[in-house]
Amino acid sequence: MATASAITAEREHYLNAEYGFRSWLLTTDHKRIALLYLITITFFFFVGGFFALLIRLELLTPQGDLVQADTYNKLFSMHGQVMIFFFLLPAVPAVLGNFLVPMMIGAKDLAFPRINLLSWYLFIIGGGLMLYTMLTGGVDTGWTFYVPLSTAYLGTHVVLAAVSIFIAGFSSILTGLNFIVTIHRMRAPGMTWGRMPLFLWSNYATSIIQVLGTPVLAITLSLVGLERMFHLGVFNPQLGGDPLLFQHLFWFYSHPAVYIMILPGMGVVSEIIPCFSRKRVFGYEFVALASIGIAVLGFLVWAHHMFVAGISVYSAMVFSFFSYLVAVPSAIKVFNWTATMYKGKIYYSTPMLYAMGFIGLFTMGGMTGLFLASLGVDVHVTDTYFIVAHFHYIMVGGMVMAYLAGMHFWWPKISGRMYPEAWGKLAALTIFIGFNLTFFPQFILGWTGMPRRYHAYTPEFQVLNVLSTAGSTVLAVGYLLPMVYFLWSLRYGKEAGDNPWGAAGLEWKTASPPPTYNFEETPVVTWEAYNYDELPKEVPVVG
Amino acid sequence: MSDSSEALATHELRHHFENMEQQRGASSMGMWVFLVTEIMFFGGMFMAYLAYRYEYFVAWQEGSQHMNFWIGTVNTAVLICSSLTMVLAVLAIQQGRRRLTSVMLAVTICFALAFMVLKGMEYHEHWLAHEFPGSAFHFAGIDPRHVEMFFVLYFVMTGFHALHVLIGIGLVSTMLYMNERGHFSADYHNPIENTGLYWHFVDLIWIYLYPLLYLIGHHHVS
Amino acid sequence: MEKVISAKLYFTVWAALMCLTAATAALSYVNMGALSPVVALVIATVKGSLVVLFFMHAKYIDVKTTVLVIVAGFFWLTILLLMTMTDYITRAWS
Repeated sequence: MATASAITAEREHYLNAEYGFRSWLLTTDHKRIALLYLITITFFFFVGGFFALLIRLELLTPQGDLVQADTYNKLFSMHGQVMIFFFLLPAVPAVLGNFLVPMMIGAKDLAFPRINLLSWYLFIIGGGLMLYTMLTGGVDTGWTFYVPLSTAYLGTHVVLAAVSIFIAGFSSILTGLNFIVTIHRMRAPGMTWGRMPLFLWSNYATSIIQVLGTPVLAITLSLVGLERMFHLGVFNPQLGGDPLLFQHLFWFYSHPAVYIMILPGMGVVSEIIPCFSRKRVFGYEFVALASIGIAVLGFLVWAHHMFVAGISVYSAMVFSFFSYLVAVPSAIKVFNWTATMYKGKIYYSTPMLYAMGFIGLFTMGGMTGLFLASLGVDVHVTDTYFIVAHFHYIMVGGMVMAYLAGMHFWWPKISGRMYPEAWGKLAALTIFIGFNLTFFPQFILGWTGMPRRYHAYTPEFQVLNVLSTAGSTVLAVGYLLPMVYFLWSLRYGKEAGDNPWGAAGLEWKTASPPPTYNFEETPVVTWEAYNYDELPKEVPVVG
Repeated sequence: MSDSSEALATHELRHHFENMEQQRGASSMGMWVFLVTEIMFFGGMFMAYLAYRYEYFVAWQEGSQHMNFWIGTVNTAVLICSSLTMVLAVLAIQQGRRRLTSVMLAVTICFALAFMVLKGMEYHEHWLAHEFPGSAFHFAGIDPRHVEMFFVLYFVMTGFHALHVLIGIGLVSTMLYMNERGHFSADYHNPIENTGLYWHFVDLIWIYLYPLLYLIGHHHVS
Repeated sequence: MEKVISAKLYFTVWAALMCLTAATAALSYVNMGALSPVVALVIATVKGSLVVLFFMHAKYIDVKTTVLVIVAGFFWLTILLLMTMTDYITRAWS
């Protein structure tokens, strides 16, 4: 009987079409670029995770005894910057988006393949600069770079860190630009907007935010750099500079940035839920428009990060109102996913476990966001661990789980191999338990008064901190497992076949791994998305 | 002539596009999306300008009166002329008139260089008058602290604009070089059109910078 | 296919831009109180519109999505400016 590797080796596909470093480092194939990103962001995930572990180690005891206060400031700053700019922002768009967007619309590649490659190189340069910043002493402004601390008072590598993020920002802008033009101009015949998978709608909405928001971050960081280096003090209090102006400009991007991070994850969930419920998405149009709604409304709420900073209370009320409003489209998605599952034939595969975990944890994180939209409550919990718990529920409980869901769901397509399902489920469970153990105590810690960004705390908070640290160890183990078994599956995994999940979507109509130009012939689409009523009720690879 | 230009055009079709029209449409749309990012990039500076103008209007008026009104006005005219020659270059290549295209591109570069020279003279003048922010700044009129902030905004906004003019000179020069090498034709000239879009955008920013920086207040010192 | 606009139209637009520049420069000497910045910005917007519509061919683009892109850009800039000013303008109220 022919071995798995012999069978895949017979057919030419994007992985074996060409060999050698040059064929990878000078590739314009969106699928190869996606893998280049995969390797890079996985590296940065572990760098950011390393900082997180040091933070949790320090917080095991009330005293600041592991590191000095200034060092601790660097730890949480670097953790935030690496995780946000070099993992969360690119994760789904640059890995899964790059791989899947052209395939899902029936195209041979993105609109601008060379710009796609440039985007990766910019990411590498930015990442390299960030590594250099860390190795030469790091930065301690928090990931938020507030002035005048960052412009006038710190001797650390603020400009270097700002430049690295500036460059990474351009990587993000170029990816968004590419997706927008691709989705508008390169859909296959018959692939109308109303037939597009929701993953595309989500990435489209994400791209809008990337294109419109990131440039404002770019100019803001530039202004900080100009002030530090050339004394062009736009934020200099001595010249009447306003620290709140910086915060307005910074959060104008950085709030929508959280939607850049979560929307693609929602897109992943929108693909997985119908597949493993064997049902069409409930309210497709609502989910699609909700993505756009999140993108637009997400730009109107930024000053909710500034409620206690000194903005006018009337302005705060406006932003508070919009902050409540932006929860609506997210809630619509959660309801629709749930309704999709209702009376569906549920398969508890690993992707489905992650997706279901996403729905629960994202909802918790999102609802605590509503607490924060309330001016009165926000005053109480700002700068406490409540905020930390809130955003980790969304980013880690939500986004990272969605990313893992997507990696497991599309791994067969990307590699041609199945990962070991039992290990997948074990990892998902470990991550779910570890995550909740790490971050649920932080809600209580914050509510009862423990401030964030402090390396020491009063003794009554220790028990919950110990629980949190214990949880983070479990979480770390959970994250290591997929690393191991995905690599294992490349050699020993079962051959996947074109469509192991029996899923709808153009990407499943081509081989696994796909040929370099994706399709033998340009597909002509005559069916609606998620046509699970026309597909077999059985999932070929039973989850 | 049209045979070879058609051949040139087909040769330029990238493999992932179905046809030249799709490629051209994508290329043009991509350029506009990029220009939108530039709107937001400059937008941050306009926001800073607006906030401080609201807070420190008197200083803004005072600072504006120390702008070089004539250089600013002449530079506005220079950029408008350069926009004209740029769009005439695009028109020329649309008609397949390569020589005229090169001439128009070259004239555009000349106008752009004139802008930079005038700007340089202006900056030098400000430097000599102790109007560059920092330890060398000295202002004898009212509200010097906030007037210094006006000058910060002036140098930051016109500085980034000048940087974009410089990049534009580079782009237009590249187009000139490529045109001279026979790279473009009536059937294929996307890059020139896109360069034109970029150049007009640079002009557009200046159209707003001029009144915002030079025309506040009602008499001009120079 | 792309529409080819005549050189005559371009020269007309250029002349209009030059005249408007002269006008705004001249008007800057006239004290119109609070109206002065408004007039200057209106003239600037007219000039800008001429550049966008004619020199950048926005008037002749047949693809609606590109027009949407341009409008979106200016709309988002407005969001940045307006929403931030809600803070600055109302600070004095309390």
